[in-house]
Amino acid sequence: MMAENGIRLTEEEQKRRRNRSVALGLVLGALVVLFFWVTVAKIGANIFKRPM
Amino acid sequence: MSLVSDINDDFAAERRPSVSMGTAGDYFELLKPRVMSLVILTALVGLVMAPEPINPVIGFAAILAIAVGAGASGCLNMWWDADIDARMSRTSKRPIPAGSVTAGEALAFGITLSVGSVLFLGVVTNWFAAGFLAFTIFFYAVIYSMWLKRSTAQNIVIGGAAGAFPPMIGYAAVTGSVNLDSFVLFLIIFLWTPPHFWALALVKSGDYSAAGVPMLPVVRGAEHTRLQILLYTIVLVPIGIAPSFMGFGGIAYFVVSTLTGAAMLALAIKIYRTGDGEGANKAAMQMFGFSILYLLLLFAVLLAEHSFGFGAGMTRALSAFFGGAA
Repeated sequence: MMAENGIRLTEEEQKRRRNRSVALGLVLGALVVLFFWVTVAKIGANIFKRPM
Repeated sequence: MSLVSDINDDFAAERRPSVSMGTAGDYFELLKPRVMSLVILTALVGLVMAPEPINPVIGFAAILAIAVGAGASGCLNMWWDADIDARMSRTSKRPIPAGSVTAGEALAFGITLSVGSVLFLGVVTNWFAAGFLAFTIFFYAVIYSMWLKRSTAQNIVIGGAAGAFPPMIGYAAVTGSVNLDSFVLFLIIFLWTPPHFWALALVKSGDYSAAGVPMLPVVRGAEHTRLQILLYTIVLVPIGIAPSFMGFGGIAYFVVSTLTGAAMLALAIKIYRTGDGEGANKAAMQMFGFSILYLLLLFAVLLAEHSFGFGAGMTRALSAFFGGAA
């Protein structure tokens, strides 16, 4: 929001920053899911072969 | 006191650090989404044409990496060409000239996505495909944008190679190599690019001239450009049909590539014969619009044939027919 000695964001700037933050969050979330499934696909059936 | 305070406020306002005004949509626009969608389609065809199957998750990840890599090169292109874009009506509303994204932000975004997409493709598939993607990004951002675009009228002929590589990268993502079939797909896009862009350049030559971009109509004139469009189309059409005779395009592809190829040729002839006369711009824009549909149809039919298994290939289909009849 606003720091005491920092700059004061206008409403439009805050709105746009929120828009970027939400998009970045969604992209990072999608990447987590993608990396998970790629890992599963790469390991394949070996995912069940765990050393005892 | 009040005077001092006012002066301080003014001083603070002048020194106010710039705050990023870009939205997610602006950043997405930096990736040239329309070009990216064509890259997705053409890379997908290269992927499904490969002789061995690929895990759908890996295939999806590979296409995503190639698409993001293409988008990153588009972003770097917009960063470098911001001065030209600002002077052309067609591109003046792009995020950098419009002021919503700074040049520095675009550069950082483009480099991050370039490195990320190449590393991701390498880890997910193989390093040959990743190297190929890295070369493609370099070719578009450096060879085309920084060097050719402002220095030669053959800019889009040579630079068009960057847009033509995706099917080869898609094929390489599966096999770790390239073959003649994927090269023919490259050739189709490579030969399609000049008539496609020159048709637009004929209409927008004033824009290009004002921006100092040596497009063919600006340097060699409209008449020479119309001849070049016709010549490139004459070479493109048979190459467009070639997959049917090489065994990786089926009957549907043969019919579609022949009919749309004939239409391309008819439009190129129309541009050539219309000359500077009435309807010249209309003919050029018809060619520009139809050429997009042409490429889209060729690759969509190839994709359908290979995905649904009815693309036995012209040669195989004919030999099966005659073999069955014998």
